[in-house]
Amino acid sequence: MTPVLELVDLEVRYGSVPALRGISLVVERGEIVTLLGANGAGKTTTLRTISGLHRAHSGRIVFNGRSIEALAAHDVVGIGVGHVPEGRRIFPRMSVLENLEMGAYRRRGELKDDLERIFQLFPVLGERRRQDGGTLSGGEQQMLAIGRAMMSHPDVLLLDEPSMGLAPLVVKAIFSIIDQIRADGTTILLVEQNATQALQLADRGYVLENGEIVMSGPSEEILGDQRIRAAYLGEGAAS
Amino acid sequence: MTTISGEAVNHPERMASRSPAPGEGRYRALVRLSRNDDVRRFVISVVGGLVLALITGPEGNGVQMLSGINGALLHPHVFICLAVTVGVWVLITVRHHFARQVEHVSGRVMALPKAVLPDRRVRAGLWLALFAFAIIYPPTLNSFWQNVLVEQIGIYVLLAIGLNVVVGYAGLLDLGYIAFFAIGAYSDAYWTGMLPVHPPLHLNPFWVFPLAILTAMLAGVLLGGPTLRLRGDYLAIVTLGFGEIIQIVANNLQGVTGGAQGVINIPHFSVHVAGIKYHWGLSNLPYYYLILGFIVLALLAYFSLEHSKVGRAWTAIREDEVAAEAAGINTLKYKVMAFAIGASTSGVAGVIVASQIGFVEPGDFTVQLSILILVLVIFGGMGSLAGAVVGAAVLQWLPQFLRVHPLFGYNQLDLYIYFGAILILMMIFRPEGLIPSRRRRREIVLAEHGVGSADAMESGHSGGGLAAVANPEADL
Repeated sequence: MTPVLELVDLEVRYGSVPALRGISLVVERGEIVTLLGANGAGKTTTLRTISGLHRAHSGRIVFNGRSIEALAAHDVVGIGVGHVPEGRRIFPRMSVLENLEMGAYRRRGELKDDLERIFQLFPVLGERRRQDGGTLSGGEQQMLAIGRAMMSHPDVLLLDEPSMGLAPLVVKAIFSIIDQIRADGTTILLVEQNATQALQLADRGYVLENGEIVMSGPSEEILGDQRIRAAYLGEGAAS
Repeated sequence: MTTISGEAVNHPERMASRSPAPGEGRYRALVRLSRNDDVRRFVISVVGGLVLALITGPEGNGVQMLSGINGALLHPHVFICLAVTVGVWVLITVRHHFARQVEHVSGRVMALPKAVLPDRRVRAGLWLALFAFAIIYPPTLNSFWQNVLVEQIGIYVLLAIGLNVVVGYAGLLDLGYIAFFAIGAYSDAYWTGMLPVHPPLHLNPFWVFPLAILTAMLAGVLLGGPTLRLRGDYLAIVTLGFGEIIQIVANNLQGVTGGAQGVINIPHFSVHVAGIKYHWGLSNLPYYYLILGFIVLALLAYFSLEHSKVGRAWTAIREDEVAAEAAGINTLKYKVMAFAIGASTSGVAGVIVASQIGFVEPGDFTVQLSILILVLVIFGGMGSLAGAVVGAAVLQWLPQFLRVHPLFGYNQLDLYIYFGAILILMMIFRPEGLIPSRRRRREIVLAEHGVGSADAMESGHSGGGLAAVANPEADL
């Protein structure tokens, strides 16, 4: 079976500054794969390049067997890549309902079932459907951002630091919903700084450092790796 | 430096309280009064009124140095100025106390004004009444006011409605809007054969409309395509440059545009189709109705656009362009679309003006005019059609009214002083504009409470945390 998403030797530059120095990774259907790394390692750049918000300098992005690195961002959404951007970026002056409708912008037809499904995943959004997005709490905004991306019926959901700035309890709730979304059949590529929790949720992980993948493997393997524990999980003295 | 004398200098009131003097009680009362916001504002408003009287009063002359001041302050004029500023003070004070009371009673920070905008049926009724008024009233006016209605009000209302699409809906700051007006006017001159270069066939100006619309749209797309990747300030600068380029080209390309002397003898409109024969002559009224027709068309078109998928895309772009792109909206396409729609409206206005006056010159298309139209849109309320119409009409009518009214009679060269003052007052007391759109008002209210940004040109990020005090139904 071909992987849902595959990056082949992807290189991205900001001007002359390299951000990604040729990374390759694979996401199989039904997996949760997490991309870990420190600030500035290139995690967000990777996601933004996949969804077309940045152009790749070289390398390929293959989605369902098709090269998509030349596609514009709005077209990438159309073929089934949902992106929950860093910092949530909901539309603050649109209501919750309008925000969700924006997520389905590329689709035609009835949205009722989709909305029903989102409100099942996130009951609080249903309660607050007429409220302005900007008045939601941080956790609710994150839920809204995920819900908005789900409205486009993505094959792959790109999540950029869904735990950012949220209370541990809220993070837990959101991670369990991510698990449920996967169980419902959506593949997930998760970018996180919160390495321990991300690895507990994910099947496999990649560790990014200065634009290069320095380690990859099943989550337990990464969790058990001494170097990784020291560098990212805050254990032991720096070597 | 001794501490005691230092303290006495720094804290005169404390010293006053230490040494009991006969005037102490009065002094402290004065201090307390000066701390009262209402009183302080009152003093400022009186001083402001006097300054206003000085600015707006007669000019001084070299012989009698004080004649200007005397003329300004020893004249009934000063009372008008004071009435204006003190009136503003009354408004502020009432509003201030009223608002505090409301907040106290409801205890809800997020309670948004609900009853300000009447419901849909009432609004439709108001539009119809306005329309009926616009049809019935003008014939009763004298020719001066009819002329004002065409050249000062009608055209500017049309221009404001068009710019509202660009600035209000899509959030693109366009400072070169008048360039498209020029393109419309010169299209008219070209197709009627009045330019030094001759068209393939001569048209009646009435048939120039579609061509001018297409030309202006094309110019909008050509300008917008490459530049709309820019945001905010950068876009504003580019459009500013575009406006200048068009004006300078019109001025210097003598062989094509007639240069600085302009173009004369552009014919009036006339139609004769299917037995209907009509010629627009020198009278103002027929032009007024022509403009009214275009205004109504534009209003209907833009109203339906606003409430379509396109309008929703514009809102999303205004709110957060990256998020809009990530939601699958082709942001460039919709921005260019807004630009082109605005441009075509401006082009139509250009054709009307050229054919009505019969004369076009590059000096008609200054950047000041672009700014003026932007002011009209901001004054009326960005993103609100009713605001664009009423705002433009009021702000264009007012100077004319003040000019001819015997009590005021100001120098028209001072116009922009007053515009500036009105805008400053507007931004302080009613930043959302005269008749704001529902969403815009929410933006302002939310921004006041620290949620998101009210800046149309900037993507807002929200803090959240207000959910606990928010009433889910408050804004609907």
